[in-house]
Amino acid sequence: MRLIARRLVLYLLTAIVAITVNFFIPRLMPGNPVEVAIGHIEGQVTPATIKALDLQYGINTKLGLIGQYFHYLDQLVHGNLGISFSSYPATVTSVIRSALPWTLGLVGIATILSFVAGTLLGIAAAWRRGSWLDNLLPAMTFFQAAPYFFVAILIVAVFATKLGWFPQNSGYDTTTLDPGLNWPFLSSLLDHAVLPALTIVVGSIAGWIIGMRNMMLTTMDEDYVLIAAAKGLSNRRVISYAARNAILPSVSGFSLAIGFVVSGSLLTEIVFSYPGIGYILLQAIGSEDYPLLQGIFLIITFAVLGANLIADFTYSFLDPRTRQEA
Amino acid sequence: MSAITGTGPLTVEPVEPVIKPGRRRNRMLQLPKSTKIRVGLGLALFFTLLAIIGPYLAPFNPNTSLTTNSGLPHPPSIHNLLGTTQVQQDVLSQLLAGGRSTILVSLISGIVATALAVLFGVMAGYYGGWLDDLLSMLANIFLVLPALPLLIVIFGFLSKSTSPNDVLIGLVISITGWAFGARVLRAQTLSMRNRDYVVSAKIIGERGWRIMMFEILPNLVPIVATSFLFTVIYGVGAYTALSFLGVISVSHWSWGTMLYWAQSAQAAQQVHIEWWWFLPPGLAVGLFGTALALLNFGIDEFINPRLRAAGLSRRALRRAGLPPRVQLGLTPVLRAPEGRPSA
Repeated sequence: MRLIARRLVLYLLTAIVAITVNFFIPRLMPGNPVEVAIGHIEGQVTPATIKALDLQYGINTKLGLIGQYFHYLDQLVHGNLGISFSSYPATVTSVIRSALPWTLGLVGIATILSFVAGTLLGIAAAWRRGSWLDNLLPAMTFFQAAPYFFVAILIVAVFATKLGWFPQNSGYDTTTLDPGLNWPFLSSLLDHAVLPALTIVVGSIAGWIIGMRNMMLTTMDEDYVLIAAAKGLSNRRVISYAARNAILPSVSGFSLAIGFVVSGSLLTEIVFSYPGIGYILLQAIGSEDYPLLQGIFLIITFAVLGANLIADFTYSFLDPRTRQEA
Repeated sequence: MSAITGTGPLTVEPVEPVIKPGRRRNRMLQLPKSTKIRVGLGLALFFTLLAIIGPYLAPFNPNTSLTTNSGLPHPPSIHNLLGTTQVQQDVLSQLLAGGRSTILVSLISGIVATALAVLFGVMAGYYGGWLDDLLSMLANIFLVLPALPLLIVIFGFLSKSTSPNDVLIGLVISITGWAFGARVLRAQTLSMRNRDYVVSAKIIGERGWRIMMFEILPNLVPIVATSFLFTVIYGVGAYTALSFLGVISVSHWSWGTMLYWAQSAQAAQQVHIEWWWFLPPGLAVGLFGTALALLNFGIDEFINPRLRAAGLSRRALRRAGLPPRVQLGLTPVLRAPEGRPSA
């Protein structure tokens, strides 16, 4: 439990750093974001809105920096991230809320698939060292080194445009269907999710394979594995003894990977026009929607911290040593 | 010394310990035999050369529309070896001109981030105490903080007021890329802090920075090298992603901006896929990253021989007269078949 407590402190600190950085960036950078905003939502701006924006970005306000900071924290605690310039007068919170489920579903499922498949392939690659799987690794490395969105563009070109097996874009068939719990909608949902998920799996699986293979090679040299084999246990049992212990670094490395996967899937969504966070991120950049940009940064940070916490709980569940520490 | 094999009828030949004076240094200077290192090094040098001379080789100005009477991208032809974009710009010229910015940014971010990683990691590991606690906490925070969204926010505000500048971009990216290297270097320094040669240097009265520079750092060189390569890969990815998103001015040519334009024209979604537009920049980024990753694997295998697959491949085993089998226990040391040095 000490591990969990220490990690909790770390995540809390990280959240505070993210919140504080988010507060200071607009104040440190040159330029006036409020003028940009007024330029975008001209004609519809009420003096109250301008006043709120001024306060949000610390312009023309009598409040000191510390006062502004506490005002910002107060707004944050109440879930108020400001007003989106690009979809005025909608709030940032409501824009993000409508996009978040798409991203969470896509990233969650694709990450689990990639982790499970990558770990199994890594075990196989270690057990049969020198087999064709080892020769496949450079190719896998290319897909990991190539940007996610390039892999996404390739997958769209081949499987959607050329072969026509799956749709090219969006999250479901928006022309004929309405979201609901019925079969046509769900099947359309699944149909549209296959290629984005495939992209994320292809882009991230090499890391799991290589990590698992390398750890497995080290574990296979342990005495208990040798004894298990010497006792005449079946290969499956011997592999499971080695793999169980080799998987721990993969689980703890999860926290490093998840940030990359989330960033990668944001870019993937853009290529597929998938209606998640990545898609509204692109709109926010295109229309200089600063409050939305900052809101997305905070939400992603919190989501990543949450995923990390889950990984930590899993780790302490898998490894009894972390629980025994006094 | 004898070669250890798990089972099998292999006759064990004693390996003579031949250490001739002056031979070791030669071996250090030799190019490593690993294919991964050779291919990686070759590709990396090629791309570096491209960054230096590429812009001068470009046949056209990457911004110029060659003709105005066509709104469709043209496939590769004798005039435009890699075809044209929607507004009739030459793709090859863009690729050559964009390479410099992409590679420059990634190298700058790699160098700066590695320098930060060495500074923070070695200091934290060597001094320990509150400095270690502070620096480790800082590194851990930067590790969990999602880098790309943070960079997007920073550049979102930054690029409104400043024109794109490769050095500045590289510096900003390096802020988010140093933490991983620092953590690895700290762990390694920690294991060296109490070794005899470090302790004796301390007793002699050497100053801290001197011990770190001349006693500890030389032993960290392979790890510094992998962490440099890792951050360069990270830098390419981050820069390409940022320019693909359009956070960095889309008229500043890099491989990422090429992909930005290809994506906004839906080059992959057209009935006739405009592959010549998005394939070259994407392949260039991927190959550059792969080259560095291969170098990294090569160094890893150099440090940890267990990871090597070569010399143990099924074909090699068969040639040595051994049945292909799973090897457990100690890492087998096999003599390479006559005339074929193991890679």
